[in-house]
Amino acid sequence: MNESLRNILTVGKRELSGYFNSPVAYVFIVIFLALNGFFTFMLGNLLERGEANLDAFLMWHPWLYLFLVPAAGMRLWSEERRVGTLELLLTMPIAAWEAIVGKFLACWIFIALALGLTFPVIFTVGYLGHPDYGTILTGYLGSFLLAGTYLSVTVMTSALTRNQVISFILSVVVCFLLIFAGWQPVTGLLVQWAPEWLVNIVSSLSVMPHFNTFTHGVIDLRAFTFFGSVITFCLFANSVILRGLRGA
Amino acid sequence: MIVVEHLSKDFGPKRAVNDVSFTVQKGEILGFLGPNGAGKSTTMRMLTGFIPPTVGRVTIGGFDVAEDPISAKRLIGYLPESAPCYSDMTVHGFLNFAAEIRGIHGAKREQAIRTAVGLCFLEGVLHQSVDTLSKGYRHRTCLAQAIIHDPEVLILDEPTDGLDPNQKHEIRLLLKRFGQNKAIIFSTHILEEVDAVCSRAIIIDRGRVVANGTPAELRARHKLAGSVALKTHGVAAESIKARLTTLGVVGKVETEATGSQVFVRVFPRDKTVNSELAKAVAQLAAREGWSFEDLRTEEGRLDEVFRSITLPDTVKPSE
Repeated sequence: MNESLRNILTVGKRELSGYFNSPVAYVFIVIFLALNGFFTFMLGNLLERGEANLDAFLMWHPWLYLFLVPAAGMRLWSEERRVGTLELLLTMPIAAWEAIVGKFLACWIFIALALGLTFPVIFTVGYLGHPDYGTILTGYLGSFLLAGTYLSVTVMTSALTRNQVISFILSVVVCFLLIFAGWQPVTGLLVQWAPEWLVNIVSSLSVMPHFNTFTHGVIDLRAFTFFGSVITFCLFANSVILRGLRGA
Repeated sequence: MIVVEHLSKDFGPKRAVNDVSFTVQKGEILGFLGPNGAGKSTTMRMLTGFIPPTVGRVTIGGFDVAEDPISAKRLIGYLPESAPCYSDMTVHGFLNFAAEIRGIHGAKREQAIRTAVGLCFLEGVLHQSVDTLSKGYRHRTCLAQAIIHDPEVLILDEPTDGLDPNQKHEIRLLLKRFGQNKAIIFSTHILEEVDAVCSRAIIIDRGRVVANGTPAELRARHKLAGSVALKTHGVAAESIKARLTTLGVVGKVETEATGSQVFVRVFPRDKTVNSELAKAVAQLAAREGWSFEDLRTEEGRLDEVFRSITLPDTVKPSE
């Protein structure tokens, strides 16, 4: 097996077991499922809509993830910094990027597991009518990618501080901007003074249109590229932050 | 095994480590001494590749830590200062992770864990969560992590810190045993440890190496090192002094009389530390018929040497 892959797996496995060795995993999963249920059935009125699709379920995910993903990932680096295990990890014979990717994947898999446990909602829409299972699949895929994008931001911000609360808040703010980048009041702030290309760049940073292509059953290469680019950028920024920590 | 050349580290405008050079061979145990904040931990962090040096080069087993960090790190076992462990894991889980990331697989891994656990006396807590452990156990868990791959180089930042006297003793025995076929650097501010364990010691103060030698050489820097103390009575201090100064090996003689008792301190002429001076003084005393109750050679005290060549951190350096 490739050495880098093995290192990523080792780090990831340790991180994942860290979730399940503490109550964090169980509390997170229960709350994730409870909130999903509440939003989907009570606020989204899935049962009264008379539509056999997952819109009432998926439409809440950008907002749910806004708080739950930073909560799941805020400890990834900040805890290592606080306890001092960062020194241990980075003096092991592994590259920093392998540790970053390992941590990121572990947490992503953990969130995917929580997402996977929402499967009864598929049976519900199946009971309601004849859903398009392809759209359901792309919807889940979009939700998974969205979570990964938020998570990459969280991993990055958690390297900035040894305090988990600060790490959480920073992450929420950045993810919030990622949602609202394309929103008129935000672009309106820029339109007054910023050149048009900047306005265009900022408004194209929004995750919402890309997420929506997936929930509409479309697999768009541009959406993949977008999520992939944000994740790559944030993980790279993470490695720069770690290098800065060690250099200072 | 370990070659350190002109290592310096700046933190902003402050120079934490200043032009430190030394080497450690296989089979050597180097004690790294210095007051708090002298740059011991910073130097060790540069040796292990955790932080890059501002200037200078570190080579471990022929691998440049800056250019080929992975190969260099493979040879190192490292115990960081606060002995950090992943507190959400069991001792076994933590050591399993350390072994796995060091590339130990299959049956060898369980074997390596068993060996490290045995050496660090962790059998009783093997399946306990790290965050329920006492400080001593946590310290030894982190030490076990450092030796799990039987590394050629051990870098230990205060390995006996927070241990009780029995545990300290065990760790020293362990270091001595390892020292036979590894290159070891460990930092400490317990000076007796240097005598008990080290083959060589470096004293570092405000980022600079101020002394480098065997424990005996360092002790010889003590102002009383090599002198002979003699306690007599019934003889006049003046005549003792006069007789002693006729001996060729004797340099300065100091006497101090309390009642009929005279305390004499004889310094060697050439400042060497050996038993020649004591022998000569004893022979003279026998010839003269002085009755003495104590005669011994002062070996020098490491703690006073340490104090005399380092500044306490309560004193502002005057540069």
